[in-house]
Amino acid sequence: MGKITLRNVAKRFGEVAVIPDINLDIEDGEFVVFVGPSGCGKSTLLRLIAGLEDVSDGTIEIDGVNATDLPPAKRGLAMVFQSYALYPHMTVRKNIAFPLKMAGLDPAEIERKVDGAAKVLNLSNYLERRPGQLSGGQRQRVAIGRAIVREPKAFLFDEPLSNLDAALRVNMRIEISELHQTLKTTMIYVTHDQVEAMTMADKIVVLNAGRIEQVGSPLELYRRPANLFVAGFIGSPKMNFIEGSEAKLHNAATIGIRPEHIDLSTSAGTWKGTVGMSEHLGSDTFMRVTVEGLGMLTVRASGEVSVQQGDTVWLTPQDGKLHHFDANGKSLA
Amino acid sequence: MSTQSTRLAARLMVAPSVILLFIWMIVPLAMTLYFSFRLYRLLSPERTGWVGFNNYIWFLNSPDFWLAIWNTLALVGGVLVITVVLGTLVALLIDQPVKGQGVLRILVIAPFFVMPPVAASIWENLFMHPQNGLFAAISRGFGAQPILFLEQHPMPSVIAIVAWEWLPFATLILLTALQSLSSEQIEAAEMDGASAFSRFRYIILPHLTRAITAVILIQTIFLLGIFGEIYTTTQGGPGSASTTLPYMIFKQAIVAKDIGRAAAGGIIAVILANIVAVFLMRGLGKNLDA
Repeated sequence: MGKITLRNVAKRFGEVAVIPDINLDIEDGEFVVFVGPSGCGKSTLLRLIAGLEDVSDGTIEIDGVNATDLPPAKRGLAMVFQSYALYPHMTVRKNIAFPLKMAGLDPAEIERKVDGAAKVLNLSNYLERRPGQLSGGQRQRVAIGRAIVREPKAFLFDEPLSNLDAALRVNMRIEISELHQTLKTTMIYVTHDQVEAMTMADKIVVLNAGRIEQVGSPLELYRRPANLFVAGFIGSPKMNFIEGSEAKLHNAATIGIRPEHIDLSTSAGTWKGTVGMSEHLGSDTFMRVTVEGLGMLTVRASGEVSVQQGDTVWLTPQDGKLHHFDANGKSLA
Repeated sequence: MSTQSTRLAARLMVAPSVILLFIWMIVPLAMTLYFSFRLYRLLSPERTGWVGFNNYIWFLNSPDFWLAIWNTLALVGGVLVITVVLGTLVALLIDQPVKGQGVLRILVIAPFFVMPPVAASIWENLFMHPQNGLFAAISRGFGAQPILFLEQHPMPSVIAIVAWEWLPFATLILLTALQSLSSEQIEAAEMDGASAFSRFRYIILPHLTRAITAVILIQTIFLLGIFGEIYTTTQGGPGSASTTLPYMIFKQAIVAKDIGRAAAGGIIAVILANIVAVFLMRGLGKNLDA
């Protein structure tokens, strides 16, 4: 079980309210991702749930029990830190066994559980090594191993992949997702990388300046962003925003169109523009097109399209893919 | 520095300082060795000549010798235990965030800047003195007889004074080591259910081993030669109760003016220091490997 409920949770450091007031329900077995720009309070929120920081206001319930004043160890949660926080003087086996040893389990039981976890995480050959002798991905797995042996109610991940190289990050992303499939335990995952959020989450919580901007499934957030911030944060490359007279035509203060929802033509279309810098990814080409009166728009074209810098092109937004926002940045339904 | 020519160049360039240091070391050692086999008394300079091992035999048969060896080791060992244990505790304490942390830390470090004879005089006259001392006043406050520290417990008193001087050094080294421990490791241990004591035992203490080793090795070097504190307070007494090997050598050289015997004592001290060094490196050296 691992249902976590936050009610009016606030965190202040002196005068500064890092988190003014947050209400959030995390259901049992969900994979929830907290995402937001750096300094948005997502790590602080995770640490509040973990019990590593005291809340200034509000309550945190875990499985219906008020855990607000419980010490971290009593909450039944396990955490994987950004730096992995492995114990450098202990072997991998001792690292993974440490929480069990602290819980006072008998050695045979500890042995069995550590071996089990090592098998799941492909660490069986490394059990007698020290963390210093492992690669980044292996260290990451040891940190996860140390978390899973405790059979916690929920896992907390604090930007766990940010120290890995790009290829390894993709692999670990899949491994963590698979782990969630197998264990079916609640996971809360903090990241600033919206790709990680989109690919892994059941539910994404977008945070900005300590406030929740929107909660929803990845596709919900992609299709129906509640406001300008979410619209700009979710999706890569960023959504194009257009203000002024063109937006007024659509009865909105701002309209938004994603780069992948713009059709490109060399002969005819709605907006006429000039091609600027292009990024060729092979499968796709991201083009920056300057449109008179609208400014710079990013367009995703197929990798096959051959358009040179300086060429004139026509852009057409796809039907029903325009997003409309009012003057306060709120989405107009 | 991998090719042969760069290695050769490197050796040539460090050679002058190595040679200088070698001469610096070998000349006094050779002279001491030479004197230790000679009859050389300042009070009767006309009597000279080789005496074989007589100076050594005199030293080894001297009734004070084994007591001095014991006192030297007790001083080194006692001060090491006190400074490492207390140093760890004080470092843990002043690592906590408190108001006026900067001033507090300076106060903790302060004893290290007091010169040894001054420190010893302060302790002798202001703390341990049977009439004027603070401790005597406290004893009388409880209606007890003042303890005669330097007369009845000379060695423990000297150990206490030296430990007071060296505690800041140990604290300082251990504090910096403590501050290099990542807070995430402590938090991870906290999440793993480790109590405050378990966190100390399994996370903090292993992290400090290397620093503790460094403290022990450095302090041993200095503690083997402790002299000023004894000279200022007990003068090796009462009787020979607080005579250490360096103090015994001093008595031969300066009081008895027998350079030959003092030199023999010096060589014995060198041998003792090397024995201690071998034991320490055997026992602790592996802690220094990364």
